Amino acid sequence: MDVLVTQVFNGLSGGSILLLAALGLALTFGQMGVINMAHGEFIMAGAYTAYVMQNVLGAAGLSLLVSLPIAFAVGGVLGVVLEATLLRRMYHRPLDTLLVTWGVSLVLQQLARDVFGTAGVDVPAPAWLSGPVEVLGFSFPRTRLFILLLAVAAFLALAAALRYTALGRRIRATVQNRPLAETSGISTRATDRLTFFIGSGLAGVAGVALTLMGSISPNLGTSYIVDAFLVVVVGGIGQIRGAVIAAFLLGVAQSWIEYSTTASIAKVLVFALIVAFLQVRPQGIFTVRTRSLA
Amino acid sequence: MNRRWVLPAAFAVAAVLLFVVAPLALSPFRLDQLGRYLCFAIVAVGIGLAWGRGGMLTLGQGVFFGMGAYLMAMHLKLADAGPGGTPDFMALISSDGVPWWWEPFRSEIVTLLAILLLPAAVAAVLGLATFRRKVRGAYFAILSQALAAAFAILLVGNPTGTGGSTGLSGFRGFFGFALSDPANRLVLFCTAAGVLLLMLALVRQLMVSRYGELLVACRDAEERVRFLGYDPANVKTVAFVVAAFMAGIAGALFVPIVGIVSPNDVGIVPSIGMLIGVAIGGRSTLFGPALGAIAVAWAGSALSEQFPSGWTYVQGLLFMLVIAFLPGGLASLAWRRVRPTAPAPSAQPVPAPSGGS
Repeated sequence: MDVLVTQVFNGLSGGSILLLAALGLALTFGQMGVINMAHGEFIMAGAYTAYVMQNVLGAAGLSLLVSLPIAFAVGGVLGVVLEATLLRRMYHRPLDTLLVTWGVSLVLQQLARDVFGTAGVDVPAPAWLSGPVEVLGFSFPRTRLFILLLAVAAFLALAAALRYTALGRRIRATVQNRPLAETSGISTRATDRLTFFIGSGLAGVAGVALTLMGSISPNLGTSYIVDAFLVVVVGGIGQIRGAVIAAFLLGVAQSWIEYSTTASIAKVLVFALIVAFLQVRPQGIFTVRTRSLA
Repeated sequence: MNRRWVLPAAFAVAAVLLFVVAPLALSPFRLDQLGRYLCFAIVAVGIGLAWGRGGMLTLGQGVFFGMGAYLMAMHLKLADAGPGGTPDFMALISSDGVPWWWEPFRSEIVTLLAILLLPAAVAAVLGLATFRRKVRGAYFAILSQALAAAFAILLVGNPTGTGGSTGLSGFRGFFGFALSDPANRLVLFCTAAGVLLLMLALVRQLMVSRYGELLVACRDAEERVRFLGYDPANVKTVAFVVAAFMAGIAGALFVPIVGIVSPNDVGIVPSIGMLIGVAIGGRSTLFGPALGAIAVAWAGSALSEQFPSGWTYVQGLLFMLVIAFLPGGLASLAWRRVRPTAPAPSAQPVPAPSGGS
């Protein structure tokens, strides 16, 4: 029973990190069909934002809370710049966007190396997040609970924004049928840009959360980007709820297999599971229903 | 010049350059370096077929390259250790002796067969599993990338079997020949050059065959190929398998020439790095990928000797500029100059209405 609870919690915790990394990706991937390999570096930028804020403000508790909106803005601005300079030129070439943004990610990584050094830096967690919480005799680390709550909050906020706001309606319309949305008077250009701002901003938030997990280094993004993409693939392109289910499924699977084998074998087995899953549902858990010949 | 003579002439020039000019003009050190670039060029020829002609963006060629490289490295380590012996690094960290899955590679023939067949077999299984279910475009790219990540993690996580993150190195002999002898190294270089020319000829034959037409057709309009009664999954798998086959051979040549293989040569970053030369040279041409790969590898060594961090910026900028503004690669510029009225060869797959990406 102990093992069960611990493993499920570890899985949910790992899943919440995946979810934070993948949420913005699912949004931008679904919106424009572009594959943003620099998303991982936006996560890294968010993490270094938290590091800089820590050094500026000093107080760990305050700086964490201040970092979240600032990292959102940093990630968002990076995303909009990328969208406006490169991605909008390569609309119908999704595979090429992957390589272009890989170039961007190389440059950003090297920039981080030159500015912050290759060695990892630590962002100490605030006092109110240190130590465990006791629930029903089980103890959970507060930092991991915080990340879980943050991931759920980010998802709920995004889902609500997509469902109830005018911008959300425009985004959904563009995803489902871009030409028709355009004809209906929606500026898809402006929608693209805003979507990219939000999606990339979420990467920044994910970066702040990751500082609670350990030291941050310029390679931070690379280690999360592949998993984040797998979440999007399993969840179904452009599907926010698919990303949620996929993130937690993969997190639990990873922690479960890891428990009886090793971390590296678990990674390989999870990959095999994903390929097997795509045999059953090549389009992911959910698909966008459109009238195109998908 | 008659167009019929262009291709044989190009092959002849390449052969003279590689077999005569390079060994005479370059120092043994530079020749080794060029040999390493040739290995990447062999990988690039395969990527040119799968990506340029077949539209399959594979981000996992490092896996097949690494399989060939590690198989060769395992054999060289075992051969150095002598019959029944244990390789030095293994004896240092564990006393269990040689793992069972190393044992077959004591044999030269098993090793060579495995290098030729194993990467191709893995590619066949993965290709059929994905293409049959119409997993393509971005989905396929991401899956191949995840494969590279998983492979590198597996190598790092298994220090007793694969040397972990340091990899395998310190080889003394190569099928009975001392690797320290310059004459043997020259033979190695010529082998790599010969393999490269052979692979170019193979791809050339595939391109002009009926199969080559089908492959391009699958890239540009997969559904139409299906309606004509062909199975695009098989067509695409063949190209993917050939590309993996070439990467495996390149990896096997890489090991004796460079003297080390580690997860740093096979993970996500090197796998995507293998694409940049292909993109710059012209992904859908015959010679473009190989020339681009050699040029990029050469530029990489030259620049990182002078500016350690500069090369990463240059590589990143090359990715951005070439892909965004010159998708046909440098070859498309040359093409336009030669025949200004003719349309450039289609380097970019037309987006199918099925939205396969």
